[in-house]
Amino acid sequence: MIDLDDIDHQLIRSLARDATQSASALGRRYGLSQPATWRRIRRLEEEGILRGRRLRLNAESLGFGVTVFLGIKLATKGRVSLEDFERAVAAIPEVQTVEHVLGLYDYRLRVVARDLPDFERVLRRRIMTLPGAGEVEANVLLSEERLPGPLGL
Amino acid sequence: MLDDMDRRLLRYWQAEPSLSPGELAERCGMTPGKAARRIAKMEDDGIVQGVSAVVNWAALGYAVEVSLRVTLDKTQSNAFDAFLAEARQVPEVIEVQTFLGRVDVRLSIIARDMAHYQQIYRSRILTLPHIADIEALMQVARIKSEQTLPI
Repeated sequence: MIDLDDIDHQLIRSLARDATQSASALGRRYGLSQPATWRRIRRLEEEGILRGRRLRLNAESLGFGVTVFLGIKLATKGRVSLEDFERAVAAIPEVQTVEHVLGLYDYRLRVVARDLPDFERVLRRRIMTLPGAGEVEANVLLSEERLPGPLGL
Repeated sequence: MLDDMDRRLLRYWQAEPSLSPGELAERCGMTPGKAARRIAKMEDDGIVQGVSAVVNWAALGYAVEVSLRVTLDKTQSNAFDAFLAEARQVPEVIEVQTFLGRVDVRLSIIARDMAHYQQIYRSRILTLPHIADIEALMQVARIKSEQTLPI
């Protein structure tokens, strides 16, 4: 693991909020030259600490009014190929994230839909028909917030 | 509202959020000026909220990620607010979501290792107010994480 100082932590925090900030603007804020800032960002990227970017869109204003988290248990463990399940579930456009988890469920999915009837369609036609899908639990997302995390501690 | 060109911009941008404005315009077959005007409009309308760098916590030494599903004691009228306010104070909590369903709140927690997780769980999580029940899902792997919308 590489050694990071306070400025590195500030840069990570700042870029997590807005990745489009230029190295010179960030440098001015933290008292660094543009090339020095650029080198620090490059290093964070090379170390895999900053892993790409994400475009944040307002799902609701694009017509996706419902986000549901699904916990899925595989019905016949051992007989279903996890790879087949994962490939099939990741290919569903409405499925935004797929996590393999340990605990009450085997997989955790984040699903978007236009409204509840649309969600029901996705659930019945695409999720329930997945190879090996067993018990499914659904929780409708009401609110979410991301926090900066333990940077600089 | 949005037309096909707007949607096209969002589709390309979402697939490759690191594209420069010029590159994005070129992919969509638009002049940079036209693309910039459409993007500015979508930002003003709150459709485009911004571009974030994705932080890889594992590369920062946080190898463990646990999803804690919490059911609250709803006989307490301020259970949600009191719980959320204190959960936000735990530095290792990186995400807070509230739900309609069997689960009330979900917290994403990161830790350096299992011993560190155990310590956070005992000293910072179990001490949060109004917890009726709590279940943990430990993340083994992320299969899909781009969180794109099917525009």
